[in-house]
Amino acid sequence: MVTISNLQFSYGSHEVFSNLNLTFDEGKIYGLLGLNGAGKSTLLYLMSGLLFAKNGTVEFNGHNMSRRSPDALANLFIVPEEFDLPAMTFERYVLLNAPFYPNFSRETLDRCLAGFGMTADMNLARLSMGQKKKAFVCFALATNTSLLLMDEPTNGLDIPSKSQFRKVVAECMTDNRTIIISTHQVRDVENLIDNVTIMGSRQLLFDMPVAQICDHLTFVDCKLGQEPEGAIYSQPSALGSAVVCGRKAGDDETTLDIELLFNAVLANAESVNQAFAAK
Amino acid sequence: MEFKESKPIYMQIVDRICNEILAGTYDEGGRIPSVREYAAIVEVNANTVVRSFDFLQSADIIFNRRGIGYFVSDGAKQQIMAMRRNVFMNEQLPDFFNEIDVLGITIDEVADLYRKRGNDN
Repeated sequence: MVTISNLQFSYGSHEVFSNLNLTFDEGKIYGLLGLNGAGKSTLLYLMSGLLFAKNGTVEFNGHNMSRRSPDALANLFIVPEEFDLPAMTFERYVLLNAPFYPNFSRETLDRCLAGFGMTADMNLARLSMGQKKKAFVCFALATNTSLLLMDEPTNGLDIPSKSQFRKVVAECMTDNRTIIISTHQVRDVENLIDNVTIMGSRQLLFDMPVAQICDHLTFVDCKLGQEPEGAIYSQPSALGSAVVCGRKAGDDETTLDIELLFNAVLANAESVNQAFAAK
Repeated sequence: MEFKESKPIYMQIVDRICNEILAGTYDEGGRIPSVREYAAIVEVNANTVVRSFDFLQSADIIFNRRGIGYFVSDGAKQQIMAMRRNVFMNEQLPDFFNEIDVLGITIDEVADLYRKRGNDN
């Protein structure tokens, strides 16, 4: 679906990616994680043709994204972290913007809006940040593009809306779609994603399907003094220590703890990645 | 007792569906929601629900009618009870025995408490 090859990108003298290679497959929901300034948003903008690489390419279904071909743009949608919506009713916004997306579904739009308890007659100028985000996410899902990029989509959403967000994404996901969610709110998307992608400074630190992560790693909370030997990463928890270990034969599968995995990767990406090579 | 709190999500969903079948939310022979519908209900990735359904199918609790959907098997309730008894006997009970040994509680004390509980009910 998306292939990033030898990508190099800088803001002035500040290099964001030195040589990035990464692919995103069809039918998967990706969680894109990384510290502030790691380049998550930059990567999403490069994928949607809003920024241009210094070297290397971003290909989406065979289209070089720096060419911004209308065919490619009609088949992708980006929800940036911050955005302005014009002062008009949502209905009018849909009337003006939906025609750019040939697979747009009014039925999906109405279903998503209803889920959030919203209607299309609202005036976009009078919405709070959270409401604006919900309206835009509904529009984004309704475009039915094969590639959907969302930058911090749950920021500013109230608690029931975060839950509703997961419902609509799970509902609207299909085998032909790729959804990439960049976020710091890992708990909001923990059970929603198929793949964890972690960006470090200038490079990719970790990129692995959730199924494989659970195959090769265990996440356990241990009492003080009962930490297993050979743990890859350990951090203090209420019980004692939260620990990431390599999963050995006979070990029960555990639930993925993305926050713990993220900290483990940032602390020592090499030893985490080794656990996947070993088995 | 040490709880197995890090049970994988797909198994927690298996438990949830089993509870719904026991409670009669889905009758034996009746249709259960599709993978995507269930993913939306519990707010998880559809592939996770696929794993839960695969597990339930291999345990003869649900079955697939190609192109129509998943249905609750006849005898599913009995099957669930048998599966849970098995887990209790082989996993929870040994943990419980270990814990009373560690705490120096005898099985007679436990049996006494169990009988008293019976009288109170």
